[in-house]
Amino acid sequence: MRKSRALVAGAAALALTLSAAACGGSDDKGSDNSGGAKPEFNAALTQVFNPSDKKGGTIRLANSGDWDTLDPGETYYGYSWNFLRLYGRGLLMFKPVPGAEGNTVTPDLAEGLGTPSDGGKTWTYKIRKGVKFEDGTEVTSKDVKYAVLRSIDKETFPNGPAYFEGFLNLPEGYKGPYKSKGVNTDSAITTPDDQTIVFHLKQAFGGFDYFAALPQTVPVPEAKDTGAKYKEHVVSTGPYKFETNELGKSFKLVRNDKWDAATDPNRKALPDAYEVQLNVNADDIDNRLLSGDLDVDVVGTGVQPATLGRVVGDPTLKASTDNPTLARLWYTSINPTVAPLDNVDCRKAIEYAADKVGYQTAYGGPLAGGDITGTILPPMIPGYEKFDLYPSADGTGDVAKAKEHLAACGQPNGFETNIAYRAERPKEKATAEALQQSLARVGIKLTLKPFPQGDYFSQYAGNPPYVKNNKLGLNLNGWGADWNDGFGFLSQIVDSRVIRETGGSSNTSVRIPEVDQLLDKASSETDAAKRDAYWAQIDKRVMEEAVILPGVTAKSLLIRPKTLSNVFVSDAYNMYDYLSLGVA
Amino acid sequence: MITYIIRRLFAAVVLLFIISAATFGIFYLIPRLVGATPETLATRYVGRAATPETVHLIAEKLGFYDPLWLQYGRWVKAIFTGADYNLGATVEHCPAPCFGYSFITKQPVWPELIDRLPVTLSLAVGAAILWLVLGLSIGTLSALRRGSFLDRAAMTFSLAGVSMPIFFTGMVSLLVFSYTLDWTAPGGSYTPFTESPSEWAYALLLPWLVLALQFSAQYARLTRAGMLETMGEDYIRTARAKGLKERDVNVKHGLRAALTPILTIFGLDFGLLLGGAVLTEQVFSLPGLGKYAVDAITNNDLPKVLGVTLMAAFFVVVANLIVDLLYAVVDPRVRLG
Repeated sequence: MRKSRALVAGAAALALTLSAAACGGSDDKGSDNSGGAKPEFNAALTQVFNPSDKKGGTIRLANSGDWDTLDPGETYYGYSWNFLRLYGRGLLMFKPVPGAEGNTVTPDLAEGLGTPSDGGKTWTYKIRKGVKFEDGTEVTSKDVKYAVLRSIDKETFPNGPAYFEGFLNLPEGYKGPYKSKGVNTDSAITTPDDQTIVFHLKQAFGGFDYFAALPQTVPVPEAKDTGAKYKEHVVSTGPYKFETNELGKSFKLVRNDKWDAATDPNRKALPDAYEVQLNVNADDIDNRLLSGDLDVDVVGTGVQPATLGRVVGDPTLKASTDNPTLARLWYTSINPTVAPLDNVDCRKAIEYAADKVGYQTAYGGPLAGGDITGTILPPMIPGYEKFDLYPSADGTGDVAKAKEHLAACGQPNGFETNIAYRAERPKEKATAEALQQSLARVGIKLTLKPFPQGDYFSQYAGNPPYVKNNKLGLNLNGWGADWNDGFGFLSQIVDSRVIRETGGSSNTSVRIPEVDQLLDKASSETDAAKRDAYWAQIDKRVMEEAVILPGVTAKSLLIRPKTLSNVFVSDAYNMYDYLSLGVA
Repeated sequence: MITYIIRRLFAAVVLLFIISAATFGIFYLIPRLVGATPETLATRYVGRAATPETVHLIAEKLGFYDPLWLQYGRWVKAIFTGADYNLGATVEHCPAPCFGYSFITKQPVWPELIDRLPVTLSLAVGAAILWLVLGLSIGTLSALRRGSFLDRAAMTFSLAGVSMPIFFTGMVSLLVFSYTLDWTAPGGSYTPFTESPSEWAYALLLPWLVLALQFSAQYARLTRAGMLETMGEDYIRTARAKGLKERDVNVKHGLRAALTPILTIFGLDFGLLLGGAVLTEQVFSLPGLGKYAVDAITNNDLPKVLGVTLMAAFFVVVANLIVDLLYAVVDPRVRLG
């Protein structure tokens, strides 16, 4: 008796605290300095919210994990590339403007875009005069060359992008300036004078300007380079430099007095400082954003599930969010190496029978999950064309069409196959179950096969012999590009030549010789408009073969900083542009 | 007494070695038993663009091709002699005691542990004082006024305290007291005591309270039970019959006897907390040993995991030793030898 009474009292206390918490959520504490802009849903998606040129103040950011690394030669996260422009100037950069223009490259340390010669095998950049490191020394082309070469040392920088070593015409066995000291690298990069840098490639590559926009082209002074430790004391070339850097905890950027605005057409440099806290509880970050105790969740992948529930149910809260589309596709590979999926009609039956609304729900619905899509390319990729070869009236699948194709492939009553997914990902499990249900409508029976994500591609779903022997007809997959263009998005998932018999490739199902040829033509094309026209063509060709079932193009829900000015979503990084923010 | 301490300390060192070997085994032996190769271990420490050559290089660099005993031996040796780590442009020396060198952050583990210890220490000591004062007084009062409204209210409170996990009370109290009422500091705002004692206390107030709420509830219940038991003993009746003041009977005879089991639990609890108040530090984003452990585990950073496990084990062992020594003080029947 006493116990039950105690429980009631406890429950009442709990309910009280909870309701207090719920009230707290909608209580808007921060000052509303919108400067004319109306705080409504998606207000910063395609235009500048709260524009201002006011200088001063400190922007407070938090990261729920540790920064992968602050070293421009190794960092490999979109948010870090976005942020890095505050303290580093690469040859080119993504334009800090809202809308589609934000996904174009523009000169930064270089005076102009790259000049191709030799049919796209050689790329030349001229470096601006008067750009200085934070110690006052002038930046030369040799600092850029050194920065690119050091990033090639994958024993020291194992996590970095590997484009330069893949494309530059480096001497045989070259391992970077630490191990291959004194080796002549003029076959790969030449610096005829302090203002000129020339890249020599193994084969023609039309999209080299995107490489030149990688943080790996941010100059590093050789004398100050400490290898793997350089991330602790990065020498700035941008408007801000490191004042403190407490590893794993926090760091602070303050103004770099050696930065000259006259050499820099892109940066406004409004705030006086940026304070970044690391390893902060993710739910706590959301609460602090909503209360105004924090300005930006720097990782930029959107709110936590708990916050999502609150935001969706509260119009006031929802008005202070933006919902950008990401360059990330959640899809299912349909493996033609597994019978009866070697028949294109059996694959098309799956395309028609799949319930895409179920796919979307499994990923979190229209706000946090994403948009239903019929294409492989996400809409922000230049050259994207909207189409759907396997349409259905309401997105839940076309059962009649699916049955037609089943009959055409000689399996009128359906067939059995397996679907692989990553065991640690509840969303993939939910998707596999949704597909299991929708395909069952036409008699296709799926058996769910979870695998550990660490070995998913190397041992299981990305390992061709394993796929064939264990009849993994379908496997869940996802892809996000390193930058938003067709090469970055498609080359790793539709080129048959990246498939390795030993496993490890993200492409598990696309083996179309014609697509490989189109990719080669596209990547050697130096004219951007002509190049972009290829991507939609490739997209269509792969979809005709029905070896990929596109699910949703991912979206995220961002909490808009209420205390900041110049807030807008960058189309290059699909999160707020960190270069332009100011304190309102 | 002295030989007792020496014997216990020696046992502690042996125990720490066993723990380190076990942790090492969990990370390296078990994956190998289920088929992981040096390469699959190394893929955790390379980026998504890594080629098989890069993976091979890293596996070699981290010594994954060597037999397990050699890897463990190398780690133990570094504790006594230090070790050198190649960073490309430079070589870093990790001086003895070198409890490992992080694969990911490229830092020796020992200085990081020392750096984070004050945070955990501040949290644990503050909370411990609070929960001891709260728990003991609530428990004693409840026991003396058994069945009263006060007793019931206190026991309801303590049941709620024990039942609600810290990740719940922590998040709710942050929302209410920090973000809505603005009384306490927001999460992640730790200031060292040496910089500003007032800001230090301000930042830690809520974590202390939340942590103390959970523990004081347990301690109140324990104290109450212990007190109820001892207050029924014959010697209490004798003490009363001798005409001792009620307060002396309660505190000197009642509470003191009830204290022994509490001391035992306290030693364990406090030792564990010093090894890292994992949930509290996580919820409040305090950069202590608990947060360090969580981050290390999520990043698969074995040297850090080993270091923090050892540190935690060390504190539990030491706290228990101190408790055993204190028994002699609290309970006159105990003789150490």
